Amino acid sequence: MSSVSASLPRRRRRTSYGDAGALSLGIGMLWLSVIVLLPLAALVDRSLQDGLSAFWSAVSSRQAVAAFRFTFLIALVVTAINAVMGTVIAWVLVRDNFWGKRAVNALIDLPFALPTIVAGLTLLALYGSAIAFTKWAVLLAMLFVTLPFVVRAVQPVLLELDREMEQAAYSLGAAHWTTFRRIVFPNLTPAIVSGAALAFARAVGEFGAVILISGNKPFDTQVSSVYAFQQIESGNATGAAAVSVVLLLLSLAVLIGLRYAERWGTHHDA
Amino acid sequence: MRIRIISSLVVAAAPLALVVSVSGCGGSSSAEGSSGSKSVSLVAYSTPQVVYDQIIPAFKKTEAGAGVSFKESYGASGDQSRAVEAGLKADIVAFSLAPDVDRLVKDGLVSPDWASATPHNGFVSTSLVSFIVRKGNPKGIHGWDDLLRPGVKVVTPNPFTSGAAKWNLLGAYQHGGLGYVSKLIRDHVAVQPKSGREALQTFTAGEGDVLISYEYEYTTAVKKGEKGLELVQPRDTLKIENPIATTRAASPAANAFVKYVLSPAGQQAFADWGYRPVDPATLARNKSKFPDPAKVTTIAQLGGWDKLDKDLFDPESGSVAKIEQDAGVSTAK
Amino acid sequence: MTLRRLSLRTLALAYLGAVLVVPVGFVLYKTFKPGLSEVWHSVTTPDAVHAFWLTLQIAAIAVPLNTVFGVLMALALVRGRVPCRRFVEALIDLPFAVSPVVVGLSLYLLYGRTGWFAGPVADTGVQILFSMPGMVLATIFVTLPFVVREVVPVLRELGDEQEQAAATLGASHWQTFLRITLPSIRWGLLYGVVLSTARALGEFGAVSVVSGHIAGQTDTLTLLVENRFQNFDLAGAYAASTLLALMAVVSLAAMTLVNRREETA
Repeated sequence: MSSVSASLPRRRRRTSYGDAGALSLGIGMLWLSVIVLLPLAALVDRSLQDGLSAFWSAVSSRQAVAAFRFTFLIALVVTAINAVMGTVIAWVLVRDNFWGKRAVNALIDLPFALPTIVAGLTLLALYGSAIAFTKWAVLLAMLFVTLPFVVRAVQPVLLELDREMEQAAYSLGAAHWTTFRRIVFPNLTPAIVSGAALAFARAVGEFGAVILISGNKPFDTQVSSVYAFQQIESGNATGAAAVSVVLLLLSLAVLIGLRYAERWGTHHDA
Repeated sequence: MRIRIISSLVVAAAPLALVVSVSGCGGSSSAEGSSGSKSVSLVAYSTPQVVYDQIIPAFKKTEAGAGVSFKESYGASGDQSRAVEAGLKADIVAFSLAPDVDRLVKDGLVSPDWASATPHNGFVSTSLVSFIVRKGNPKGIHGWDDLLRPGVKVVTPNPFTSGAAKWNLLGAYQHGGLGYVSKLIRDHVAVQPKSGREALQTFTAGEGDVLISYEYEYTTAVKKGEKGLELVQPRDTLKIENPIATTRAASPAANAFVKYVLSPAGQQAFADWGYRPVDPATLARNKSKFPDPAKVTTIAQLGGWDKLDKDLFDPESGSVAKIEQDAGVSTAK
Repeated sequence: MTLRRLSLRTLALAYLGAVLVVPVGFVLYKTFKPGLSEVWHSVTTPDAVHAFWLTLQIAAIAVPLNTVFGVLMALALVRGRVPCRRFVEALIDLPFAVSPVVVGLSLYLLYGRTGWFAGPVADTGVQILFSMPGMVLATIFVTLPFVVREVVPVLRELGDEQEQAAATLGASHWQTFLRITLPSIRWGLLYGVVLSTARALGEFGAVSVVSGHIAGQTDTLTLLVENRFQNFDLAGAYAASTLLALMAVVSLAAMTLVNRREETA
């Protein structure tokens, strides 16, 4: 039996796992620390190796700032498109039925399995002359590599969704769109935000597909990951680390912000 | 119940996976790689892989090479150099440009007099900065000045994403200094791929009118079946010099291999793939393949790598960096 | 067939067509254009076979580990009490925002010759960088969030009444988990595992930096693709890519099959 999560007050919840929950958390945090936090700490340390002023000049140079701006702009656009289209695709894959649906479903994860260099090459060969080495090329490459996130996040939730409320709404005369907006959507919001957060993070960090198709022009179509790569190749690992740290902090801010938006989504209800 | 079995399997897999991963390193790694006297670890940049694929089997047939096992690694020159710095085991390093070897001197991995350890100043092959154009040379490119003609689109790799790409711009620099380089980048270079090979692939895919590349890239491409390309040698250009060095921890077999690589037999393999041999006898024997342009400048004549890296290629204050940035600002919408 | 349903379907399929199907179709076309025997030859060279097994090994280690972590974290985040929950959730997503080259750099900084753990690494004699453990670490890093992110929304969607009921009836934590929780999160778990597997198969940048590119030993399929591309063997590069795509599809099909059988059992 499932329930519309908006009606479940969060504070009251007594964990059904009790101290096993604490152990899970402990193991989880340990894993997170070793795998993620430790490398990130090394990165922060490296970025400050030459002092705070070197850090600042590395991240405030004209080119670095332009790269930050372009990266975030593109990532936000990509996330927005994915949030909408991902939900539509998930909806169609779960609720609709057409010949070849299973095949389409199987293809969704391919952007992950294909090495990014192939993605870049393919997009270049296909759409090359029209958009090569422009902002649109970067957008397309990022859409390709972030496609599965929202789709795969929404699909399982849709599959588990209890249709009772929807049917009740229809029987009471509500239009499809209203039902979706008031009943279904609030339940999907955590999943959409989950997937969108991943898509955003991935778009910010994407490198392989973008560097091939973007033509590598500073300022115009340069994303921060490429800029950081240039710094490493030019022997300026400190600068690369500094730029990456700032990128991570900015991403962290956006990700936390998205979580608050999720909260808004589930409580915003009739 | 199946759920029980499957979930138990998943949970059991976790510690098993940990055990496998720790013991698995015995399988695909060889921490003892270079400690055996009969094994050689070669870390090289990517393009001469074809040459070493030819040389190594030939070496194994010689007396000095009998029973020697090889571990080879090929990748972008700068990346490989940094990998060795970070601990990649290497007996022999063969990079695209000398600074990538000098980086290892700073860490004590390679002795400071590596250049005098081999008979030809530490180099194993040379080449020339050249142009690759479409077959038939439709745009009539014959020299550096032709690149600045209106409408000519140039492809050259980005010197900040690939150390080896610096050769290309230095070729331009030796012709017309910073003024020329500035005009070139600002008005004629539409795309700067990540590396030399990627630039070639971009060019063969149809982008641009002329590719600034190396003489051997053309020969290798043609030997590998690429069609529709033509080589144009400008009358003044830059000499490319590729270093080779043994590390301090190198095995005796490694030294034997380097000797073989620098011998006529090894050098001939380089000539076969379009690299100019440093061995004068081999070069003379293959002279027909390697015509000499009127004027060839070397890095030493331009002031040496240290000066060039600092003045031109420093990512923040170098002249080329500023040119790139200005070009970007002018094209940024 | 309502207009709404048809237009939604068209929109979804058109988008998928342009962004996904056409590019993938192009890869398949490029792969099979030289002929089936060429393709077979490409994927059965010793280097390709070794790369195949190495890729599989790495995925077989990274994915289960991250699955266990993912389920534990998801349970803790949704059913448990986590301080600064939103911060921790954002932290879990962070690996993605790190560009792969920087992942490699940070692993150098930790386990490299002059890194934080250079001493212990040298003492134990276990080779981390430029060997399998380093590549596994890099892969785990980039596949970390998937299972968590897939399971958390599903867990949230389902209330915990059943779990509470089971607890009051005397079920142990393990029993509750196996009998109640796990079956209800199966689809989320499945997609999380599938995504992790696909990403583990296709990871290039980070693995490239820590692999050392030792021919025939530390080349995964993605690195093989790049190597072939570098050596003008485009057909071979596409063939290896198709192999990767096939592995991803097979893993999805296999897991879906297992899942469906559970449902009807």
